[in-house]
Amino acid sequence: MRKPSRLLLLACALPLAGGCSNVEPWVKPYERQNFADVIMAPERDPVAGSYLNHVFEAREGARGATGSHGGGCGCN
Amino acid sequence: MSNGKRIGALTTLAGTIVASSATQGAVLPDDRADAMYHQYDGGGVTIDGPSLLVRKKFAEKYSASASYYMDMVSSASIDVISTASPYKEERTQGGIAFDALQGKTQYSVSYALSDENDYTANTASLDVSQDLFGDLTTVSFGFSQGWDEVRKRGDNSFDEQVDRRNYRLGLSQILTPKLMATLDYEVITDEGFLNNPYRSVRYLDESSGVGYSYQPEVYPQTRTSNAAGITARYYLPYRASVHGGYRWYTDTWGIDAHTVSVGYTHPWGPHWILEAGYRWYDQSAADFYSDLFPRADAQNFLARDKELSTFHNQMLSFGATYELPALGWKRIRRSTVNVFVDHIQYDYEDFRDVTKGGAPGEEPLYGFDANVVRVFFSGWF
Repeated sequence: MRKPSRLLLLACALPLAGGCSNVEPWVKPYERQNFADVIMAPERDPVAGSYLNHVFEAREGARGATGSHGGGCGCN
Repeated sequence: MSNGKRIGALTTLAGTIVASSATQGAVLPDDRADAMYHQYDGGGVTIDGPSLLVRKKFAEKYSASASYYMDMVSSASIDVISTASPYKEERTQGGIAFDALQGKTQYSVSYALSDENDYTANTASLDVSQDLFGDLTTVSFGFSQGWDEVRKRGDNSFDEQVDRRNYRLGLSQILTPKLMATLDYEVITDEGFLNNPYRSVRYLDESSGVGYSYQPEVYPQTRTSNAAGITARYYLPYRASVHGGYRWYTDTWGIDAHTVSVGYTHPWGPHWILEAGYRWYDQSAADFYSDLFPRADAQNFLARDKELSTFHNQMLSFGATYELPALGWKRIRRSTVNVFVDHIQYDYEDFRDVTKGGAPGEEPLYGFDANVVRVFFSGWF
């Protein structure tokens, strides 16, 4: 039960870190148009991307750290 | 959850789909609807079915989504034909999620339920993400709790439980006007009945005509894994992008794995986006895995699941997205049709194909090719 408690604490503390937002951004807002282009989206199609991640998880021993949810696979 | 059909059960997927925006920073996901047909075909296993997702924002700072997924499984995998009979079955799952935006902080909660005739899984998740440093940085973390019930066909007295917990940390960083990178770290703990009630291990048995016999597999009751991944995406001097990634993995069962992936995305004309990718994966075997144990009850824990063996695979991917001309639908402002095809080649280094015959332990090593097809329509409204 210790880890969930720590996570809850982190959940409460994380918004406070917004105070760091006064750091001068080294990439100006007007230099970020490339990241608005759909070809730079980390996960353009959530349904298709999640399905492929599941194919990997079901056929491989490794799991997690894919940038999306893990969870019950029922694939033991 | 029958013998050897790891590909089928998809409890994870609903939660993954509905909450995958959590690491994208303090921007609510687009209002969209997706309808996909998916098919996996390889190793004697065919799984196909529909997948649906609908997302909608409301009151400016909230978003809700729902997903539905279905698998129709036809399995005659090597596990099945070695020790059981081919089978067909279905499984369904649903998920709901709710996102709330407060300043530069996004909160997401989700719930998913997967159900099949011998396995039920519930998963609840919480994710929080926060933009920092002039929105160049997004940090995120999440927690999932899962409760699974494992049953066994033909044995009404069999009723086991699995408790699952996922702890996630993420960091997304804009490094230059053309380069962004993402770090992910995840710990997963499982506790309960973690093996497959139908699967068997084989052991040398001179009294058997073929020289070996089978007994049920026995797994540890706990498993904890650590995984860390890094991905980077770069905008090329012309309008196209490349991306690459690496993931390191280790767990308490003794499996170590490495994953490397690269990809290229290229718009073509005003309507098309084409992409291609390559992925390499390899892993070492679990400490208690063996293709052929020296005798019955040779050790405390026994596994012959090929997903716990030493193997590698390679995947080639191709995809095309076509943006449809205005459909004239009042509520749909943009829509695409998409086709993605992936070819995966699996090569096992200590899992043998007993269907090919040969002296015990000297059968040819197993391998197979699989094709994954995803065809879907997306509409933004």
